[in-house]
Amino acid sequence: MKYAAYSSLLLLGLLTLSIMSGVNEYFFFAGFVVLQFVVLATAWNILGGYAGYVNFGVPAFIAVGAYTAVVLFKSISAPLLVQIIGGGILAGALGLGVGLLTLKLRGIFFSIATVAVVFILETLVNNWRYVGGATGLQLTRPGDLWFFDSYVRMLFFVMAVLAVFSVTIARYVQDSFLGRGLRAVRDSEEAAECSGVPTLKIKLIACTISGALMGIAGAPMPMYLSYIEPLSTFNLSYSIYALGMPIIGGTSHWIGPVIGALLLATLQQIVTVTVSNELNVLIVGVLLVLFVVIAPEGILGLIKRWKQSSK
Amino acid sequence: METILEVNNVIKQFGGFTALSDVNLRVQQGERLGLIGPNGSGKTTLINCISGAFTDYQGSIRFDGTDISKLKAHERTKRGIARSFQIPRPFSSMSVMENLLVPFAFVGGKDGPVQQKEAMDILQGMGLADKAFVQSNQLSQVELRKMELARAMAAKPKLLISDEAMAGLAGTEVDEVLEILFDLNKLGITIIMIEHIMQAVMKFSQRVVCLDAGKIICEGTPETIVKNPEVQRAYLGD
Repeated sequence: MKYAAYSSLLLLGLLTLSIMSGVNEYFFFAGFVVLQFVVLATAWNILGGYAGYVNFGVPAFIAVGAYTAVVLFKSISAPLLVQIIGGGILAGALGLGVGLLTLKLRGIFFSIATVAVVFILETLVNNWRYVGGATGLQLTRPGDLWFFDSYVRMLFFVMAVLAVFSVTIARYVQDSFLGRGLRAVRDSEEAAECSGVPTLKIKLIACTISGALMGIAGAPMPMYLSYIEPLSTFNLSYSIYALGMPIIGGTSHWIGPVIGALLLATLQQIVTVTVSNELNVLIVGVLLVLFVVIAPEGILGLIKRWKQSSK
Repeated sequence: METILEVNNVIKQFGGFTALSDVNLRVQQGERLGLIGPNGSGKTTLINCISGAFTDYQGSIRFDGTDISKLKAHERTKRGIARSFQIPRPFSSMSVMENLLVPFAFVGGKDGPVQQKEAMDILQGMGLADKAFVQSNQLSQVELRKMELARAMAAKPKLLISDEAMAGLAGTEVDEVLEILFDLNKLGITIIMIEHIMQAVMKFSQRVVCLDAGKIICEGTPETIVKNPEVQRAYLGD
C-alpha cells in the first residue's frame, strides 16, 4: 500500500512539473532519457539480475518497440498509447522467441546468442524500405497534445508512467513465486529443477516480461526524435547501459536498477551538456569497472555493508 | 511390498561413451538401498536419469505406478523424487530457511507461515534450526550436506536419493548424517544412498547394488556384497 501511495504521489508530482510553465524545455528532453533508462535497467534486471542470464541484445528489443511504433503510426496513424502497447507486445513475443531458442544455453553462450539477434534484426531493418531502411525515416508528430504545452513534455510524463509501471512489475516479480524461482535458477539451475522449479518455463516468462518492457521503452523513441534510423536504434551501447546501471545500483532488489539508472543517466545527461557526448561511454565504463572490483553488489551492497558495520 | 521405482533397460550414452548399458533396478517401497561402485562406474549418471537431470536415455523408468521416462526433473520432484547433490548446490544468495521455501513454493504451491513452521520443524530434526536465518554460503560442509537433505525433504518426497551426502565429512559427522537418513526412512521414505564410505553403506543398507562400468554386476545384502569376488575385482582389480 505504501508503495502504491508513494508511486502515485511521485507521478502526480511529475505530472504537475510537466504542465508547469516555468520549467525549461530541455529538462523534459533530458528527463525522458533518464526515465527511459529506468525502464531499460529495470527490464534488464528481471532476467539478468534475478535469474543471472545476461542479455546483451537490449537494442534488439528497443528497436522492435520503436519500429513497431513506426509501422503502426505510418500505416494506421495509431495514437501513442497503441504504439506503446503494440511495441510491448511484439518485443515480448521476441523475448519469448529468443528465449525458446537460446535459454537452453547458459552463461556466456546465452549472451552471445542475444548479441546475434541484434545483428539479424538490424540487417532486416536496413533492407526494409517501408520503415526507411538504412537512411531512416522522418516522422511528423501528430497535433494531439492532451493538455500538455509540448510533445516533449507529454512524452516525459508518458515515460514516467512507463517507468513506474515497469518498476511495479519488477517489484511484483521479485516478491512472487517467480522471483523466488528465478533466484534459485541464478544460484543453481540443477538444484532449482530438483526443488520443483520449472526452470525453462520461468526463464521464458522472465525473458518475455523483460523483452516487453524494453519494447515499451523503445516505442516512444520515434516520436521523441521525430526520426528513426537503424544505426542509433540498434546501438550496442544500450546493452552496456542497461546492464551497467543495475550492476552499479545492485541487482538483488528492484530499487537497485532504479538507483543505478537515475544516478548514471543523470550524470550522463549532465556530462553530455557540460563536457562532451563522447565522454558518456567512458564514464559508464570506468564506473562499471570500479564497481565490479570494489562493490560487486552495487550501491545496495555498499549500503548493506555500511549498515552492518555501523551496528 | 510394493515396488516404488522400476528402472527398465536404461542405456545412457555420452557421444561414443556408454555410461550405462542396460541397467535394470527395482526398489521397494520403504527400502534402504545402497548404490556402490568405483569412480566412473555410472552411479551419478543413473541418479541423473532417475531424477530427470537427463531425459535423453533409452529404456524406461516407472515411479509409483506411472512411466516418468519423459518427465522433466521438476515434474519428477512433484511426483515424489528428491535428491541431494554430490557437490552441494545451495541457493547461496538465500538463507537456509529460504532454501527450503523454494520446494515448498514450487512443489506444495505455498510458502506462507504454515510452511515456514514446517520448514523449521524439518531444520529442527536435522539440528539446523539455529542456522535457519543464516545465509547458506556461510555454512560449514556438514551443515551444507544437512541443508541439502532438508531441502530435499521440503519437497515431501516418497523417494530420496542421497548422492554422497557424507563425502568429505569426519567420522562423527558421518554418523550424524546417517542418523538423519535412518530417521527419514522411519517416516516411510524410500532411500537410495550412493556412498563411498563403506561402513556407512554397510550399516545403512538393507540391500546393496554394485555398478561397474555402467552395468550392475551384483546385488544382495551388505554381507554378501563385500564377499562377492566381482565386487572385489571391481574395486581392487585382479
